Parts: sequence; structure tokens; C-alpha cells
Amino acid sequence: MMLHLRFDSKTVKDPVISQTTLEKGTLINIIRGSVGAREGELIVEIDDARADEIIEYIESKGVVVTRIHEKIAKDDEICMHCGACISICPVEVFKIRDFRVEAEYDRCIRCGICIGVCPVKALELPTI
Amino acid sequence: MRKTVDEINRKITEGSAVVVTAEEMKNIVEELGTKEAAKEVDVVTTGTFGAMCSSGVFFNFGHSDPPIKMQKVWLNDVEAYTGVAAVDAYLGVTQISDKIGMEYGGAHVIEDFVRGKEVELKATAYGTDCYPRKELVTEITLEDVNQAEMVNPRNAYQRYKAATNSSDRILKTYMGTLLPNFGNVTFAGTGEISPLNNDPEYRTIGIGTKIFLCGAEGYVIGEGTQHSPPFGTLMVKGNLKEMDAEYMRACVFPGYGVSLYIGIGIPIPILDEEMARFTAVRDRDIETEILDYGIPRRGRPVVRKVNYEELKSGSVEINGEEVRVSPLSSYLVARKIMFNLKERIEKGEFLLTEPVSRIPVKSEFKPMRQKEIVVVKNLMSGAIKIPLRTSIVDASKLIIEKGVNHLPVVDEQDRLKGIVTSWDIAKAVAKGGAESVDDIMTTRVITVYPEDPIEFAAEKLEKYRISALPVVDSKKKVLGLLTSEDISKLIARRG
Repeated sequence: MMLHLRFDSKTVKDPVISQTTLEKGTLINIIRGSVGAREGELIVEIDDARADEIIEYIESKGVVVTRIHEKIAKDDEICMHCGACISICPVEVFKIRDFRVEAEYDRCIRCGICIGVCPVKALELPTI
Repeated sequence: MRKTVDEINRKITEGSAVVVTAEEMKNIVEELGTKEAAKEVDVVTTGTFGAMCSSGVFFNFGHSDPPIKMQKVWLNDVEAYTGVAAVDAYLGVTQISDKIGMEYGGAHVIEDFVRGKEVELKATAYGTDCYPRKELVTEITLEDVNQAEMVNPRNAYQRYKAATNSSDRILKTYMGTLLPNFGNVTFAGTGEISPLNNDPEYRTIGIGTKIFLCGAEGYVIGEGTQHSPPFGTLMVKGNLKEMDAEYMRACVFPGYGVSLYIGIGIPIPILDEEMARFTAVRDRDIETEILDYGIPRRGRPVVRKVNYEELKSGSVEINGEEVRVSPLSSYLVARKIMFNLKERIEKGEFLLTEPVSRIPVKSEFKPMRQKEIVVVKNLMSGAIKIPLRTSIVDASKLIIEKGVNHLPVVDEQDRLKGIVTSWDIAKAVAKGGAESVDDIMTTRVITVYPEDPIEFAAEKLEKYRISALPVVDSKKKVLGLLTSEDISKLIARRG
């Protein structure tokens, strides 16, 4: 499962991810991060089975957690199933099945690189 | 046993012709052999749907009152060529909007017309006694124009070179986005179902062959530009008013520009055993090459040979690594075309034609004749090279004696290890501490090859904000030095 973490001016200084890994003995995959002057945000992937307790722990550290349900969206009315997106995606969301380009949305890490590659603008990343 | 196109057409009219798709034909030939397949099958339908940049539409807008002889004309702010009579114009698909640039172009105007939308027509003129009007702005639809004839100079590439990128930056090309360090491969074309691959000697596809063009009945009107078998191409035409938006799509390749996906289907009459053999062609028999778009030259290096079966498998091996592959043509729509054409022929709505003239089976694709191509080796000067561990004092003497600013540092084999500039020396003396050039040289040196075009070298100088480039061979041996002054001299000479 993918989470969006928002750190405020206080929590941005704390090693929250390392604490969570050590305390909970779980692996956390950092997908994307940005740290500003007084705040920061991270997108991380966690173990689905233990999602609730991990989220509870991170929240206890003062970090605002949002579960990401919104992955890349492909408009099949627009998509002409060429496949330009296939080799661009770092996590292989797109595959050709029965001559159609199908997306396994669960794998999406919201990097957004495919959006600029689609020749007919069939891809969109809904805001969190 | 031989069949003629007339005999096949008679069968089509009677409803007894056996029509199969190129996909089905492979299996039929595998099962029955070429002889029996030739007896059994009358027509094989083929299809392709890909971005075909060399396309456009001739319009005749009708005459305004008072009349105008258009000198310049725009459709939704996309300029069309009107140097043909008063109200004729050719709109090319890759022409981009004067107002919004790459987001919208000729291809979009054409698709908008087919979708029944209104398009703004704007024209200017110098005015004559017979055509006094100087300006015109109006709204038109496809119904309003007299003719809208799609005429495409180069379509239906038989096969195409696949693309990859060895450089360290993302490249945005007409072959899609190419990731750095051989990060991906892209290819175009539909391989074994593509029209020309099923008639590689152009026996039945020639001038006058009736085809499916974006849903309309179109015709082959000749060999396409850059026709170079087995990379054959076709010039085609068809009536835009009869076209279906389902079989054409305006597109934008980011960083490159606008193009139009065009759907073409061609029926191939199975006249004899040879045609059965041709139409049994498989992706594995269709070879092409993967080219390195990281080298910005006309002669892009071949990375490896590859066939369409490998390309369609989703990944190919480059330098021992699996690299993922993206198609750029839509196989889905190409199949739809193939089946649609099959259905039309079965219903007796589409008859075959015999070519009135053949297109060449051999053709040369010449490069442009250019006045002069200046490459790095034409301009470079001799480099004053120094060995590793040269003292800073010796290096500074050399700079004064030879009147240079850059000293490439080389090892015993003359291979480039670093570069020292007069500025590096001055800085070292001011700061103190350093003794040999090894301590102060820049080790990540930006270099060029002797055969690189001078424009490429100038871009590197600009991009990295440097004033000289060591010229090296593939083993990093220093052959010379190219400075920004060398380039200035060239421009002074040209001026």
C-alpha cells in the first residue's frame, strides 16, 4: 500500500521512517520525497497486511498520513493501445493483453513519467 | 494454377470469395502448404495504424465575395501552404499552431474536420485586379469545402528502424521518449500484418491499387518518398469527407511535435503460390536494426540487428541486459482495419484493382547534398599535452611560452586523464599548497570526437560553459584541441 506522509516544521527533523522500521520491524520503500524549508512530504510503500499498525505508529510521531488510493488513470475512450507507455514505466504497470494496453494500477508509484509520453494524452494522475 | 484479379472480383461479387486476414493466412499456409493455400484463399487483408508524419490534405475552399487569391492561409491558426492557385491549400499534419505551438497542429485540424467540428479559416493576400480582397476570416466545416483530398507523400512504411539511446540524458524524439543508457527501445510498424511485408516484391500493390485509408476507399498513387526496399513506402490518396475518425488520430510526441496516426489496409489477391508464400511471412522473418539516437548524426550507429518477433516480445537484449520495448503503432487498431476490410470484401462492397503501374523493387535513399559539413577535425588545433605529475611551475611556463589557455594531461599512452587551464594555475599559485598538475586538474573532461559536427561541439561548449574541448579517439587518445576561438574564426570566415 502507498502512503502520503506530510511532515510539519517539527516532525521534518525527526528520523520517523527509521524509527518506524526499527520499532515495527517492517520494510518501508521510499518512492518519492521532497523536503522544503519548514515542511516535507514523502510517498512510501508499506506492507499491506500490517498497514493499520504502521500507520498508527507513524501518526503517533506527529506525521499526517493519507492512504493513496488514486493511482494513474488511463482513459480507455482516448487510449489507442499503441504501447508507448510500456517501456517508460519503472514498475511495469502497463502490459499488452489481447492486443490492448492494460494497466495494473496497484503497482503504480505515482511518478507521473508516463503522462508526458502518451501521444494522445490518455493518462492522468489524480491529485491526492 | 493462376488466378486473375478479374476472377477474384467475380467471386467477390458472387459472394463466394475466400477472404482471410494476414494473421489467419500464416496458419493456413502452415497447415495446408503454399500450393493448397493458394487454391483455397482468394484475398488476404493487411493493416497498419501508426504515426505517419508525411501526410496532409489538399483543400479547395471555394471563392469568397469579393474573391481573394490567398497568399497565406491558416486553419485554426495552423498554417497551410497556398502557393497553389487562389483558394487551394495543402495542410501538412506536422505543421504546428502559430498560437499554441506543439499542442495543436495540422493533424488536429484534420481530425477536427472529420469529427464534424467548425474550423476557423483565416487568409491574407496582396490583392489583385481579379482578386481584390486582402483579408478573410470565416468558419468552415468539412461539408463547406469543395474538395478535401488527403494526399500523403510517405505512408505505410514496410518496416522501420527501432530506436534506443546510449546518451546520459532523456531524448524526446519522433520515436517517443528514449530513456538514457539504453533504458528502453521503441519501434514502429505492425510487422507480419503490415501491407508491404505481405507483398515484398510489390506484385499486387502498385499505382492504382485501391486501399482502405482511414475508413475511406483510397488509392496508392505511387512509391512513397524515401522508398527504399525492404524499407518500402507508399504515396496514397483518399477523400477526407469519407473518412472515419476511428481510423485516424492526431497525436503529439512530446518534445518532437505533432503527427497523425493513419489507418491503412490493403487487400492482397492470392494470384498464385508465390503470393501465398509472401503472405505467410512471419515476424521472425522481418528484420530491422536498433539505432542509437544518442548520437545526433544522420548516420546513427546500429546497436544490433533485431526482428519483429523479438521487438513484439516486450524486451530485447542490449549489451547483456534485458531492455523493455514499446511499440508505437497500435496493433489493436491495425487488426480492426484488417477485419473491417475483410468484412467489406466479403459483403461485396470492396473490389480489388490491378495496379496500372509497378513501384520500384530497388531504390536508393540518398543523403542530402550539402554545401559543406564542418566537423571538429577541420577546425581543431594541436593540443599542448603534458604528462601526469608535471609541476605547476613547468605548466605555467608552457602556458606563457605557447600562448595557450588549456593543457590536456595525459598518461604514458597519450590517454586523456585531465585538463588544466591557466585559471586553474593562477588559482593554485594564489592558494599555494599544490605542487603537481594532478592536484588541480579537472578529471571529468568533456570531449568531442574528430568526426563530430561543429554544431554539436558548439552546443557542448555552451551547455557546460567551457571554452575548449579536447578532441579524442575512442581510446581517449588526445588528437587535438577545439577552442571557442576556433569556432569564432569559422563564423568570421563565413561572414
